[in-house]
Amino acid sequence: MAEKMLIDARGSFCPGPLMELIAKLKSGQVGDEFEVLSSDKGSAKDIPEWVEKAGHEMVESRQDKGVWHITVRKKR
Amino acid sequence: MALNKISIIVVSGSRERLQMAAMMASVGAVSGNDVTVFLSMNALSYFLKDSSETAPAEGQVGVMIAEKNVPPFKQLFQQAVELGDAKIYPCSMAMDLLGAEADDLDPYLQEPWGLTKFLSHAADAQVWSF
Repeated sequence: MAEKMLIDARGSFCPGPLMELIAKLKSGQVGDEFEVLSSDKGSAKDIPEWVEKAGHEMVESRQDKGVWHITVRKKR
Repeated sequence: MALNKISIIVVSGSRERLQMAAMMASVGAVSGNDVTVFLSMNALSYFLKDSSETAPAEGQVGVMIAEKNVPPFKQLFQQAVELGDAKIYPCSMAMDLLGAEADDLDPYLQEPWGLTKFLSHAADAQVWSF
């Protein structure tokens, strides 16, 4: 059963949110979703770039009140 | 399936340079690159076990790094190893100068390398120096 995990990286600067996501992704199962909350503009660009490169799937990226919600599905 | 070989040589003890080197190592390694870091000169002493030494800032951004919630450079180097299989080698010459043995260094570092070994390894890699 795929799970959804919340990673609250608000207040952390690049590459903190990305590294937190990767650490959690590694220990997750294929199909799991991870929603990263980030207040760092650089990470909002960098995380989707990494996700594509690493062969995972971007589910959603939206900004709400200065916070990015970036949702990623583990594909491998 | 490494994309590129990236060799990073760090000689500076300044906060900005250590930070940038650690960012390149961690992001490079978790993006599938084969990352090697060689620590020498003033960069090495921060990796002595239980070192509480603080890297001095060169300028304004370095001051802000310490004030804001920026991941510390040592944490990023460690994540480069643990999450991206980067290899970090202390320079044997700097170890001799510091009077340090391999056991005195943080456990995520590899055995010391001499310059000849680093040069051979870096021959077909992108080389970044900090």
